[in-house]
Amino acid sequence: MLTFLSRRLLASVLVLFAASYLVYVLTANAGDPLEDLRTSTARNKDELIAQRTALLNLDTPPALRYFIWLSGVLKVFIGQFDLGKARNGQPVTLLLNSAVSVTIQLLITATLLAIILGLLIGITTALRQYSGYDYVVTTMSFFFFSLPSFFLAVILKQYVGIGFNNFLQDPTFALWVIVLVAVIAGFAWQGIIGGDGRRRLITAAIAGGSTGLVMAYLSLAGWFNTPSLGIVVIAVLGVGAAILISALTAGLANRKSLQTAVTVAVIGVAVYYPFILISRYLTLWSVLGLGVLAIGVGILVGYLFGGADRGQSARTGALTALAVSFFTVIDRFMQSWHTYATSDLVGGRPIGTVGAGTPNLSDVTSSFWILGLDSFTHLLLPTISLLLVSLASYSRYSRASVLDVLNQDYIRTARAKGLGERTVIMRHAFRNSLIPITTIVAFDFGGLVGGAIITETIFGWSGMGKLFNDALHIVDVNPIMGFFLVTGSVAVLFNLLADLAYTALDPRIRVTV
Amino acid sequence: MSNPLSPLPPEFPEGEDRDRNNFLDEGGVTEPNADEVAENAIELKEIEGLSQGRIVFRRFIRHRAALISMFVLLFIVVLAFSAEGIDALGIVIPGWWQWTYTHVGDVINGGRPTLSLVPEWLGGPGIVWGDHPFGQDDIGHDTFAQVMRGTQQTLMIVFVVGIVSTIIGMVIGAISGFFRGTIDAVLMRITDVVIIIPLLVLTAVLGRTYGNLGSFVLAVVLGLASWTGLARLVRSDVLGLREREFVDAARVAGASNFRIMFVHILPNAIGVIVVNTTLLMSATILLEAALGFLGFGVQAPDISLGKIIFDYQTAFTTRPWLFWWPGAFIVIIALSINFIGDGLRDAFDPRQKRALNRAARLDRAAARARASA
Repeated sequence: MLTFLSRRLLASVLVLFAASYLVYVLTANAGDPLEDLRTSTARNKDELIAQRTALLNLDTPPALRYFIWLSGVLKVFIGQFDLGKARNGQPVTLLLNSAVSVTIQLLITATLLAIILGLLIGITTALRQYSGYDYVVTTMSFFFFSLPSFFLAVILKQYVGIGFNNFLQDPTFALWVIVLVAVIAGFAWQGIIGGDGRRRLITAAIAGGSTGLVMAYLSLAGWFNTPSLGIVVIAVLGVGAAILISALTAGLANRKSLQTAVTVAVIGVAVYYPFILISRYLTLWSVLGLGVLAIGVGILVGYLFGGADRGQSARTGALTALAVSFFTVIDRFMQSWHTYATSDLVGGRPIGTVGAGTPNLSDVTSSFWILGLDSFTHLLLPTISLLLVSLASYSRYSRASVLDVLNQDYIRTARAKGLGERTVIMRHAFRNSLIPITTIVAFDFGGLVGGAIITETIFGWSGMGKLFNDALHIVDVNPIMGFFLVTGSVAVLFNLLADLAYTALDPRIRVTV
Repeated sequence: MSNPLSPLPPEFPEGEDRDRNNFLDEGGVTEPNADEVAENAIELKEIEGLSQGRIVFRRFIRHRAALISMFVLLFIVVLAFSAEGIDALGIVIPGWWQWTYTHVGDVINGGRPTLSLVPEWLGGPGIVWGDHPFGQDDIGHDTFAQVMRGTQQTLMIVFVVGIVSTIIGMVIGAISGFFRGTIDAVLMRITDVVIIIPLLVLTAVLGRTYGNLGSFVLAVVLGLASWTGLARLVRSDVLGLREREFVDAARVAGASNFRIMFVHILPNAIGVIVVNTTLLMSATILLEAALGFLGFGVQAPDISLGKIIFDYQTAFTTRPWLFWWPGAFIVIIALSINFIGDGLRDAFDPRQKRALNRAARLDRAAARARASA
């Protein structure tokens, strides 16, 4: 295993260096880096040209200049990492420092969400093949697949961002909006749940009716200005999640598992008030730590309940703990919403359309919750615009892959020996259908990087995409190489992770080559 | 359908497993209507002796979305090239539209579009085409003319990229898969090197270099960058095909490597090639638009759909039509090529066959029973 990984890594690094040579030479030949000085009217023009030539070694031909750059990169082994300097004399490492975290944040959020939602949509459409729901989702994914990401981003910025901010000035729904959303929800749910005509009607009525009621309540209570879930809703959601999770992972017939899940949900609700009490002192790391603690408690409860299958109960407990913690944290963020949205810096228009955060906000407050909300409101639109395009392709691929798996002989065997539908889908089909999707996700990362360049340009993020775009316009090679080195390394990493995922998903794949 | 003559018991007709995933929809059997009967008749005919091309064609024209998309795309091609005429390689044929894309006229009514589709009996001005149906920009260019010219350029780029990258990808994939060994290793490492550079990054750099040489050169250069996916797919197909008996037969008959590769093997990989070229072309539209939007695509004085949006991106709130029309054309073209690709995939890939309904399964079982009797 280790030999395989190190071999793969070595091969990828060699490929990465060959590719960096290609990018370097192509970029250096993309235009004249002295163009602005040649046409300038400054008196010390020749001096400036000589200065820049010396700074960027422009007197060396690009094919050789690459090795000057490479020697700087290789100095990483003696602790003097050097990626050269940008045209204005700033070291590229410094430029990257601020840009990397912003872009990685965007890329990782979008990728994770796209995978989770894509799988969900893909599986449900595959299980309801040729239903109305399937056709609607298929049509929509074709549409998003054909939509240029900048087009989507500009529309989101204009209608969702600015539109939602306007909506917050008077957060009430008109009656027709409530009716429309309720009808759509009813239609979607009956499509997903399926069944005969009568069952479909009942599903549609329940889903549509409850959606309409919730929306009417939210609208009348002015919920959008002071949102919160409260302990009651968390309790309901928590127990609901507990039942759903144990139904999906172990089946409701497995009583131990169900007891574990409900117990974990009850513990979660019990620590709600203590958590809110200490929440204002928390930081990102302590919140993550508490999350890990919660999962640990979930595993412990599952282990104590035991039963025939301890591992199963522990898994259910952990998942339920994760869900309840998630609801609690969301609730805590919501409680800070009013303070955040009405603060002077935000001024009642919380959804950000420019930049990765509200300027100067971190000077005013150090509260994790406020700053977290700020990141969230600024990440929202860029993530959606980056997400929808990959979501379209992921859901298509996972649908095809689930359908493919469902037609395999081993699924027929599983059904023939009398396994329940849940076991067939969750144990036999789901896991196997993940294998082809892993390839797509790893392969698609390059596309996401391209999407990030555009998204960052539109939303005015000063991340790596913007760094690349600005540098390429003035043919500034070193920042572009810095950009490529980071994205290339992350792509290599993703491919390695995909290899690991293969071995985890398919025991037949042995990587001892 | 592996062997149409195998006498399967009628309880297990081959189409059965297709419906397996409808496990919760029990008893949803509907009576076949006329359409379904016609469709089933076509499906049944497929087991008669039809050539591969014939089967593919029949399946394709049955894919309604693909067929409609085909006509939409054809309409757009005819519209774009007839409206603005042709101006390439020194041949100039004027189009029927009154303005050219470079013509600067007076800005009328703030450049608002004169196109109206609201009929008079609904209180609108009636169906009016007007002088500037898609509006004008701030200095008086006619947007319809610009969009038509942009569509021409975009379509040209898409087809050139499709042709160039298909040729390169096909040749590299075929050589790599056919000769295997060192040649394969070297070619695939080269492919890896190109694939690891994000496509937008590679094409933006190339576009920055060659964009000012005209859109045709740009198109060729983009084609040189986007062949990698196809090369890998063709390679894996050829690796399987080269072990088949017909290759041995050709070799025994004295065919050269070149002949075996291009006359015997590649025609069998045509499905993969056609489908992926189509999908590549739809991706190219978005790529060209993205490049145009970043300013690394087609350069002035020429225009493409992406460049129009790039030029007027700040005018979104004041002159939204400069944004909506080129965008709409990008989406329509990309959408129709995607649907055509989907139709082609269904047509070429027997595994993706549409589900047969119950009546068809019974018919087919009966036909099979007759054949075996």
